Amino acid sequence: MSTQDIIDTLAGIVPGSALDAIRARRLQARENAQKSYLSLFEPIDPGDVSLVERAAVATFVTGLHGESPVAAFYRKKLAANADGARLLAAIDAEIARGRTSGPYGSYPAGPLSVENTAGLIYRVSAASKTALGARLAAALEHAHLLVFRPRDAAAADMKALLDAGWSNTGIVTFSQLVAFLSFQVRVVSGLRTLAAASA
Amino acid sequence: MSGTVNPPVVFTQDELGWVSWIDPLPEAELTDRHYAGLVDRARAKSEYFRLLVRDPEVLEARTKTDKDIFYNVADGLPRAERELAAAATSRYNGCIYCASVHARFASTYSKRRDDVQRLLDEGVKADLGERWNAVVKASVALAATPIAFGPDNIAELRRAGLDDAEIVDVINGASFFNWANRLMLSLGEPSK
Repeated sequence: MSTQDIIDTLAGIVPGSALDAIRARRLQARENAQKSYLSLFEPIDPGDVSLVERAAVATFVTGLHGESPVAAFYRKKLAANADGARLLAAIDAEIARGRTSGPYGSYPAGPLSVENTAGLIYRVSAASKTALGARLAAALEHAHLLVFRPRDAAAADMKALLDAGWSNTGIVTFSQLVAFLSFQVRVVSGLRTLAAASA
Repeated sequence: MSGTVNPPVVFTQDELGWVSWIDPLPEAELTDRHYAGLVDRARAKSEYFRLLVRDPEVLEARTKTDKDIFYNVADGLPRAERELAAAATSRYNGCIYCASVHARFASTYSKRRDDVQRLLDEGVKADLGERWNAVVKASVALAATPIAFGPDNIAELRRAGLDDAEIVDVINGASFFNWANRLMLSLGEPSK
């Protein structure tokens, strides 16, 4: 592959190491996690979700998980985008406002209702909404729901995105992006923990 | 579509349907590019996959990642325990649909249907024996935000007999369901 494997890079896995050999046993998964990253962040055609929107959402989502090499990576990507640097202050402010602990949320009414857990219903601040625009502000609110309380998601949340100018296809790409990052940040964290425990 | 939805209100190993909240692509509009994204042609019958195929490159890469993490059993963790990691993650995140599919697989491959049902009924604290408890606890720690997975989870998995390659299978399987759960939960809903 021409591009360096992003999970290996972020997890600090070097060629010839024990974890490099273990990851090589799941070559198709390794290569397609990489292709997922590339198709989300270096798409041939960005289509309905611009590159700056992708970087901004990624910075927010990984930042909500706390300081990490993954969060630093996406923040750098946003800063490097010509239209992205001006969004950094607002995204940083929203990460600070949005940080909490999950998963929480409610189940359909019934026997599981005893497991319902209340938590932050995050909304972008008025000041940040001006800086980010309605479309990106709606994306951050939905991304926060996906990160911390995915079981609260409802048809009305799709309508909110459609009303803010997101297309059906754009919603699919954006949802994949948030969901993929939820995977990537955990694989990197897990592999780093395993490497440290084996040192 | 929504007129016929009958959402389940408990975790179950029964087969469930899934109904999209936004428009999947009609089957008649699928091109070769979409079929490449679906990987398995039969997935064109599924509303979920016809929705995700709106971004075919991402769907293709996601599907191939999924298949290798769960189906490549040439070595590493037994399939039953990869499915257990998927079911436990889904139980903790609250994805009734994903939990139903992967609890069924865990039951099929482990022949421990009652234990799997206890995970669904009692939740992720159910006592399922040392090895399964370690897998469930590691999956839950990975699913938490901020991530709570740490050296204690690794030590516990090792004490339960897992080697590092098997631990990577737990990490991959549990992490993957943090991807899958968020799509299933947010783009539509299960129906009995």
